[in-house]
Amino acid sequence: MSRFSKREYDSRVIAFNIMAYAFVLAAVIFCVFPIILIVSGSFTDNKELLANGYALLPQQFSLEAYQQLFRYPEDIIRAYISTIFVTVTGTAAGLFFISMTGYVLQRKDFRYRNTISFLIYFTSIFGGGMVPWYIMLSRVLHLQNTIMARIFPGLMTSFLIILMRTFIQNSVPNAIVESGKIDGAGDFTIYLKLVLPVIAPGLATVGLFLALGYWNEWYVTSLFISKKELYSLQYFLYDMVNSQKMAQELAARGGVSVADVPGESVKMAMVVVATGPIIFLYPFVQRYFVSGITIGAVKG
Amino acid sequence: MTKNGTSAPGNAKKKIGFFHEVKKNRILFLMLVPTALFFILNNYLPIIGVYYAFTKFNYAGGLFYSPFVGLDNFKFLIQSGKLGALTFNTIAYNLVFIFLGNFLQIFLAILLSQMVGKVFKKVAQSIIFLPYFVSYVILSVIVYSLFNYEVGFVNGTLRSLGQEPFDAYNTPNIWPFLMVLFHLWKGLGYGTVVYLAAIMGISQEFYEAAKIDGANIFQQIRYITIPLLVPTFIMLLLFALGGIMRGQFDLFYQVIGTNGVLYDVTDILDTYVYRALKQDYDIGMGTAASLYQSIFGFIIIMVVNTIVRKKQPDYALF
Repeated sequence: MSRFSKREYDSRVIAFNIMAYAFVLAAVIFCVFPIILIVSGSFTDNKELLANGYALLPQQFSLEAYQQLFRYPEDIIRAYISTIFVTVTGTAAGLFFISMTGYVLQRKDFRYRNTISFLIYFTSIFGGGMVPWYIMLSRVLHLQNTIMARIFPGLMTSFLIILMRTFIQNSVPNAIVESGKIDGAGDFTIYLKLVLPVIAPGLATVGLFLALGYWNEWYVTSLFISKKELYSLQYFLYDMVNSQKMAQELAARGGVSVADVPGESVKMAMVVVATGPIIFLYPFVQRYFVSGITIGAVKG
Repeated sequence: MTKNGTSAPGNAKKKIGFFHEVKKNRILFLMLVPTALFFILNNYLPIIGVYYAFTKFNYAGGLFYSPFVGLDNFKFLIQSGKLGALTFNTIAYNLVFIFLGNFLQIFLAILLSQMVGKVFKKVAQSIIFLPYFVSYVILSVIVYSLFNYEVGFVNGTLRSLGQEPFDAYNTPNIWPFLMVLFHLWKGLGYGTVVYLAAIMGISQEFYEAAKIDGANIFQQIRYITIPLLVPTFIMLLLFALGGIMRGQFDLFYQVIGTNGVLYDVTDILDTYVYRALKQDYDIGMGTAASLYQSIFGFIIIMVVNTIVRKKQPDYALF
């Protein structure tokens, strides 16, 4: 007992904690500072922003940027809906395929599990590169300007499959599968009814990776989508930022006041809107996420 | 006798082979179909397209009828000095990202694991994780709001202090430093959580025993936490080294975009290939650069893996 109370007053412990608080606080400020800058910018009047630049707190709180952003909300709402649709379907389908594959590949009685695992892993160490991949998807599969182009490439990665395989291996007792077999259940039924319900942390972890990938996707859209109606939310923002830059340059050249170009603060409001729900996802899956990474990353 | 005894079942096994296996485990094979299709379409079939690297590609000719030019594309890339510069940038950035990133993540994870104050720890951890959720498009807006000449936060602060404003977007030398900073910002939280999870996996008994032996908190970190984090570190390190030829495309393309002033210090293989495809429509050259990237990266992985397998088989990637 005395050992522990002694530890509490140990000067080294105090020194450690002072150091720890200093560094962790520094890291917290480093991470949150740019985000505050953006949020503050979105609540600042555009003229003030142009006059005084970005600041940590708006001198005059203003909702104008958001009002302006949603004056013609059709495009944003469309990008929002399509991104939600892509994220939900892509994540659901990806989770289904990945967990199914992970389950099969960890079955000890499945003879080709190592060969197939290696074939999947191999794609992460060698590939044809971006250009042949682009030609394949656009010229052979004809995915340009289809919603499929935004769903297909993000469905799975070899890393996530191996993570899931290892997770199932380490967290699902073999007895569960055996008991299913004794009851005469088929392999798919065992996966669906017995395995899926007990791998929630693995599903949450992989699901978070997938959903984040879909939500923040701009790259695939930039390659395959030219129709504005099919833009992902991030690409919509990217497009807006670029056309604003261009308008600014034109305005500067043409002698028009930069202040008349729709503005800085609207862009910041769009950033806040585009980040939206994904940032609130983490607290919900946080509990599972850590155990998902831990168990899945242990090499099996 | 043993010879016959062992070879007979072996033969029988060969005969029943693949098709028997498919029949027996029909459902398991069916469950793999979507994944197999995905990797065939998304990864294996495109490999055929590396043939473009040896052609002067045009869309009319396609894969088979574009003029074959042998190694001309590679010759151009090497002679123009591009390949060397791009390779250097890609590898140098990745090495700094990997080592500095892991160092800070481990450091932070150790602090978080040992410090007092549950609520503060939880909140801090969540905030440090925030940037991981922010897209690279948004990162580029953040960079702009910090470093824009007229309205950026940095120049605003400089002006209010009576200093000369600073034209970051026309000052190439500062960008290697900035890119590292942005990368750290985005990845700090994720890596910290991974290491924190590894520390949580260390048995409390070690620490109790050390305390009984009179080890103070710094000694516990030095002799228990750090040595036990080494396997996680090496695993992540090897995984990262395997991808050392693959640059952080999103980061570089979003932050730098098509700002040619900064290419010397910020152009990596991935951004070069992307521009070859999207801007210059130079399919042959783009494919050549990315084929070089693939092969060079593959060789690095094989070399690293062979060495690791000899020294520490447990850490081998495959």
